[in-house]
Amino acid sequence: MSDTEDVESFRLRAREWIAANLPRLPEPGNAPDGENRGHVDDAAWLRARELQRLLYDGGFAGICYPREYGGQGLTPAHQKAFTEETAGYEMPLLLNVPTFSICGPVLLELGTEEQKREHLPRVLSGEEVLVQFLSEPRGGSDLAGLTTRAVRDGDVFIVSGAKIWSSGAYAADYATCLVRTDWEAPKHRGLTMLLMKVHQPGVTIRRIKQLDGNEEFCEEFLDDVEVPVANVIGEVNGGWAVASRQLFHERNAVGGGSPYVSGGARAGSARRAAPVSALTELVRRTGQASDPRARELVAESHLLSRVQEQLIDRVVAGMQAQQLPPTAGAVIRLFSGVSSVRRAEISLELAGAGAVTAPAGAGDPAIGVQFLMRQASCLGGGSTEMARNIISERILGMPREFAGDRDIPFSQVRQGR
Amino acid sequence: MEYNLTQEQALFRDTTRDFLEKETPLAVVRELAAGPVGFDREWWRRGAELGWTSMLVAAARGGDSISGNGIVDMAIVAEEMGRLVSPGPLVPVNVVAMALSEASNAEAHAEVIEQLMAGTAVASWAVYEPDRGWDPGSIALTATRDGGDYVLTGTKDRVDSGDQADYLLVTARLPASGAAAGELAQFLVPATAAGVRVTRDESLDLVRRFATVRFDGARVPAASLVGAPGEGETTAAVARQLQAAVALQCAELAGAAGRVFEFTVQWAFDRYSFGRPLASYQALKHRFADMRLWLEASQATAGAAARAVAAGGPTQAAELTSVAKAYIAERATDLVQDCVQLHGGIGVTWEHDIHLYLRRVTVDRALWGTPAEHRLLLSDILDV
Repeated sequence: MSDTEDVESFRLRAREWIAANLPRLPEPGNAPDGENRGHVDDAAWLRARELQRLLYDGGFAGICYPREYGGQGLTPAHQKAFTEETAGYEMPLLLNVPTFSICGPVLLELGTEEQKREHLPRVLSGEEVLVQFLSEPRGGSDLAGLTTRAVRDGDVFIVSGAKIWSSGAYAADYATCLVRTDWEAPKHRGLTMLLMKVHQPGVTIRRIKQLDGNEEFCEEFLDDVEVPVANVIGEVNGGWAVASRQLFHERNAVGGGSPYVSGGARAGSARRAAPVSALTELVRRTGQASDPRARELVAESHLLSRVQEQLIDRVVAGMQAQQLPPTAGAVIRLFSGVSSVRRAEISLELAGAGAVTAPAGAGDPAIGVQFLMRQASCLGGGSTEMARNIISERILGMPREFAGDRDIPFSQVRQGR
Repeated sequence: MEYNLTQEQALFRDTTRDFLEKETPLAVVRELAAGPVGFDREWWRRGAELGWTSMLVAAARGGDSISGNGIVDMAIVAEEMGRLVSPGPLVPVNVVAMALSEASNAEAHAEVIEQLMAGTAVASWAVYEPDRGWDPGSIALTATRDGGDYVLTGTKDRVDSGDQADYLLVTARLPASGAAAGELAQFLVPATAAGVRVTRDESLDLVRRFATVRFDGARVPAASLVGAPGEGETTAAVARQLQAAVALQCAELAGAAGRVFEFTVQWAFDRYSFGRPLASYQALKHRFADMRLWLEASQATAGAAARAVAAGGPTQAAELTSVAKAYIAERATDLVQDCVQLHGGIGVTWEHDIHLYLRRVTVDRALWGTPAEHRLLLSDILDV
């Protein structure tokens, strides 16, 4: 590898380019959070693709992706610097999760050379948006127990079943789709990961409305969908290893530790709750600024976000030093969920009645809605219960749970209603 | 501790751990608990030889360190002491030595600094006053100029190892009229000075003893001043002294909680119920997972706090030490209590070692600012 540009000169170069090329955001410090998309429409996706094209042409796409696939071949420190420099500018945040931080890395690590050369440059230029087809209506935590089937027919697989919780599927081009290709093998050993074209015959997408009105999640019905065998990622019946790697990336992305997320200087789970400056503004506006209880709550919200940043740095360092296993991402994930819950509660407490009812344009209705959705931070990207299982079993070495489906042919596993 | 200790730091940690395990294992701690003093002076002097007293001293006054960051290195010692609920005046001696060596008139206190570094003298910081929390703004002990002396009148309490201190760093207030009116000033006072009365207090911790010190017109020469009053030197010094104390205390908390977690996990593997180990019950596995998370986060934030104090930027040091104390102190007591629960009935006995740890984390939680006090300090820093 030729000399890597040092981070500070990269930062200065980026700063110049950003100022000359990226649009400024309308309100100061008001970066839309890539996770909390609210009402995203087709225009927003188009805009994201355009912005990504701009970044690609400017040489700032895929900062941690290898150069041979269209990236910049730089380090997480460079990405962090770039993200900091984008504060106040519009960035294609919609593409961060899952395209750049989950599906892209899976292709990068486990795809064939042809798959990488065909897809990654298009991903990094904004031409190809990726989505995950993993969870199914019958189960999310027990991912390996999925029942979407794929049957080999010549040089294609014919896929039938259903997927759910695919964020942004309606706007995506390709999906990493986990299917069952062998029903006689025990459950983990009969799975295959396919790269499936989303908009094609047999794929029906239905948007799911969340309780806060957000419609980014989708359910997909797959009826005899054709996927070329050349689109197998990894090995046939070796899909669990691919899915495991994908979940690792998802834990990092959800927890705030992914090096592939770009922009959103205030975005990511570490800052998803109302930042302290907003809480400070709230307590002043509501006459609570000299109330010690309110001051303590604001400080607690702040300290949780500080500790989260520090924890992420520590766990990443621990994994790099190989003193923590790769499953330690679950630690970050668990903290993120638990602290988000507490911070939503703090915001609700401080906002008082203004969070639940106020004239239009007044009060803090967003805090009320955020509180309603608070458990989402403990569910999306793997539940906090599963994170606790991972921590207790894989890090502390405690005995695994009893399972009714271990080492028996999947066709014999009991299914519920 | 950090995942990336240098080789020298790792060696320092191992040497410290070996020394503590040999000299003051829990059995010795229990013996000291029954005795007249909380720690042995000769033991402390040997600790000083190992490096326990010179790392927060400014380099210009003879301080040194393992890694170049004295407070980070001392945090290693503090953590090991937490792991074995060690006796000893680690925090008070180091905070006073630091304060003396960083003062604008450090030269005047060169001899005491030497003694502290050699471990032949012990010092403690007398700053708290009765019926007040952490509140330097309300300090009422007065220091009145009288000729070439100052006369100190008032009471300090929660003086860590006050019963064995040879010197006290006393934070006082100057009178409302005169030079530097109403400002704080610090003095180095020998514990044997006339008018100084030290009374040992009760303490929840078995070997960490505290004292109340009364100053009844205690007369000290003006040369006892530590730094110059007025122009903010003392206010800044008091803040920095608190930050150093908190950074070390947070490391001790993380060490104590970490050790309790370790032996409780082992207990969960060894103890069987209904034909299987406690560690196989999901409800308990999940609690252990939560505790493991708290420990990881505690280490992260304690490390960041120590580095911030070392790096010297006062605002960042203030912010991150308050973040660390507010977070760790509550988690540490929750964790140890959870581990008491996980042990069942033996967890509340004298015989089991866990109460030694519960006492230490409970005392640490309450001193050098409670979690609530630190949240309020933080809210000031955030300009709420």
